[in-house]
Amino acid sequence: QPSQAGAHTGTSPPKPAHGLGAAVGGPGGTSAAPCEGPEPLEGPEGSPCRGLPLALGCISRRDWAQTPHSSPAAAAQPTSPPASADGPGDGEKPAAGKSKAELRAERRAKQEAERAQKQARKAELSQAATTAKPRQSPTEPQSMVKRLPEHVQVDDPAAQRKLAKKLERQQVPLRQDYGTKVNLFSHLHQYSRKKPLTQQMSIPSTVIHPAVVRLGLQYSQGIINGSNARCIALLEVFKQLIRDYSTPPNEELSRDLVAKLKPHISFLNQCRPLSASMGNAIKFLKKEISCLPDTLREDEAKEKLQDVIDKYLREKIVLAAEAISRSAFEKINDHDVILVYGCSSLVNRTLCDAHAKQGRAFRVIVVDSRPRLEGRQTLRRLVRRGIHCTYVMINAISYVLPEVSKVLLGAHALLANGSVMSRVGTSQIALVSKAHNVPVLVCCETYKFCERVQTDSFVSNELDDPDDLIVLRKGQAQLGGWAENKSLRLLNLVYDVTPPDLVDLVITDLGMIPCTSVPVVLRVKNVDQ
Amino acid sequence: MDLIRTEGQRMTAAQPSETTVGNMVRRVLKVIREEYGRLHGRSEESDQQESLHKLLTSGGLSEDFRTPYPSLRANVIEAINEMLIELEGTTDNIAMQALEHIHSNEVIMTIGYSRTVEAFLKEAARKRKFQVIVAECAPFCQGHEMAVQLSKEGIETTVMSDAAIFAVMSRVNKVIIGTKTILANGALIAVSGTHTLALAAKHHSTPLIVCAPMFKLSPQFPNEEDSFHKFVSPQEVLPFTEGEILAKINVHCPVFDYVPPELITLFISNIGGNAPSYIYRLMSELYHPDDYEL
Repeated sequence: QPSQAGAHTGTSPPKPAHGLGAAVGGPGGTSAAPCEGPEPLEGPEGSPCRGLPLALGCISRRDWAQTPHSSPAAAAQPTSPPASADGPGDGEKPAAGKSKAELRAERRAKQEAERAQKQARKAELSQAATTAKPRQSPTEPQSMVKRLPEHVQVDDPAAQRKLAKKLERQQVPLRQDYGTKVNLFSHLHQYSRKKPLTQQMSIPSTVIHPAVVRLGLQYSQGIINGSNARCIALLEVFKQLIRDYSTPPNEELSRDLVAKLKPHISFLNQCRPLSASMGNAIKFLKKEISCLPDTLREDEAKEKLQDVIDKYLREKIVLAAEAISRSAFEKINDHDVILVYGCSSLVNRTLCDAHAKQGRAFRVIVVDSRPRLEGRQTLRRLVRRGIHCTYVMINAISYVLPEVSKVLLGAHALLANGSVMSRVGTSQIALVSKAHNVPVLVCCETYKFCERVQTDSFVSNELDDPDDLIVLRKGQAQLGGWAENKSLRLLNLVYDVTPPDLVDLVITDLGMIPCTSVPVVLRVKNVDQ
Repeated sequence: MDLIRTEGQRMTAAQPSETTVGNMVRRVLKVIREEYGRLHGRSEESDQQESLHKLLTSGGLSEDFRTPYPSLRANVIEAINEMLIELEGTTDNIAMQALEHIHSNEVIMTIGYSRTVEAFLKEAARKRKFQVIVAECAPFCQGHEMAVQLSKEGIETTVMSDAAIFAVMSRVNKVIIGTKTILANGALIAVSGTHTLALAAKHHSTPLIVCAPMFKLSPQFPNEEDSFHKFVSPQEVLPFTEGEILAKINVHCPVFDYVPPELITLFISNIGGNAPSYIYRLMSELYHPDDYEL
């Protein structure tokens, strides 16, 4: 080991990268070996999300963790703060040998020294305390140039080439679009479920952790659905990643871990575009990693990160759900008829909790829509608890609304202009409810609040597999040959945006707010951080 | 007339949602009255217009219809034949007006499967280029067939789920639909999902055009919101394979929707275009007020 000990201010003493040190079989290991395959990821309602056989887990973690040369040294731009969740690559050349690593380490040592001096000077002048590594201060207006996310630039060939190069560098396969797209949505990706990304990569993959491959497949096949479930699954997998991670020599954990995460995030993005909740969680995690003090040993740092992730999960998702459930309970009166749409884990939990507390007799109308038919899951859960339910399709809401007293909806994200982004069909329900003077309540945790603004459902959306719309009626599928027909397109939208004037109240863990107060909450959150 | 009336009552009682049966019976009754009146020697105008003045002054016309006229039967049959010819031509009549309403590069939305609208759009597609978005009408998904038929003519068609109606409505220029029945106040009884479509169109100030021939006009006013409902087997909504919860829940599958007249912009029928507020006047040309209740 080169004697650069001075450069590594407190990182782990050089040790062979054994991962967790458990004796793991090679590829094709025996089933008896403690593969420590990824734990079954449980969604919030206890629905097991086991997708792939555990064979994917029986891979030497040694192979995965020990890739210092192929890691894009790219990510370690020492001066730039971690970019947004799916920031595109920065065009650096891959590391080509130890000497470069050494040079980098030297440069970093110098920069650390300079930074320490600046800190001292600042402390002398007794300015307002900044963080150890100066990041953008939250009080000054966001003057950075906003980078357009790639997934809304599918019609721009330059952006697609850039993406292809970045994925090639990260050794993540590029997923191909499928089927003719409707003109209005030609700027979005449209994938087919029958062609999962894993068909284009060699399994086991040396770049992507097997738990992440499994997760990506679960996302793309629709096994894990719903923004809370996806976010929880993501964070659990990241915990696993961090457990299995070990810092290569000459690297700093905080920078290298972020670099290691990027190909995984790209992979998951290719499997299915990241949701707003996942994006916020990733931002949070990257920030935590880069804010790790240098004095920690590797195992301490890893444990701290795991604690931080656990805390995030507990506070932002589990406790928030509890708080929202309690607030919403005040809004549910006796003999209420509540309308819900699709499957929202938060709304289901609210209703089940309200039913469990005695004293409020209410019944629920579940509205469902093709092609996802998520309402049936809600139906099963509620019926199991003994709640009296009615089930209709979305075209019958004009029939049921006269007897409904309130509408309870879930959200995928709340945008900064107060719009609610949720499953397609939600805006329709809000509109028709407004026409019948029925109050519309949206339940949403604060971690799903987004800085984005959006006024319609076209600019940023997700196109699902168009073949889902094909249905067999009386033995024949009318749309079966749609691919050959040049004039026929199928549109399977996933999200839509509800304008703020159609929503009466948003119930969050910070209280009950009107839609227009979302930017206030965002500002408060930013100041807190 | 009594004979026809009894038969009409039997037929409408068999399937109340098929209002065209009752409408045709009423038309025939009116034809009979007219022919009788003509043979009886009354002038045409005095019977046609029931102005307030006439009602007050004449003290009500009492027709006893007792006088037998041998040529009445032949006249009535001839009049009915004319009506048949008119009925066969309604779809073409409506389709001929298509070019007056559709301009080029439009985005038109429709729901379900209506043969009138299909003919309308196909006629316009011969000269103009436009796009059509079809909302499949779950659970029967008739929209799929409509889309396939339209795309065969080379019209660029998109099929989407009814849940996305509001999401894409902002890009739609016109909404053109068919209907099952037109009520006397200008309201519609149309396929389930049309009310949502109408509300979304109103929200975006998109014109809602209803293409329907006049035989669908029924002289009934909506009594209560629910009186016209017809339900089919809930098997369509929740199949019996979900058996273990079926016993504990209610499932509804209504077939029709009520659309109030405020949401409709225009009716296109075989006699031309009309606003919904004018519909009640058209009734007097088709039916006699005594026949409104069969």
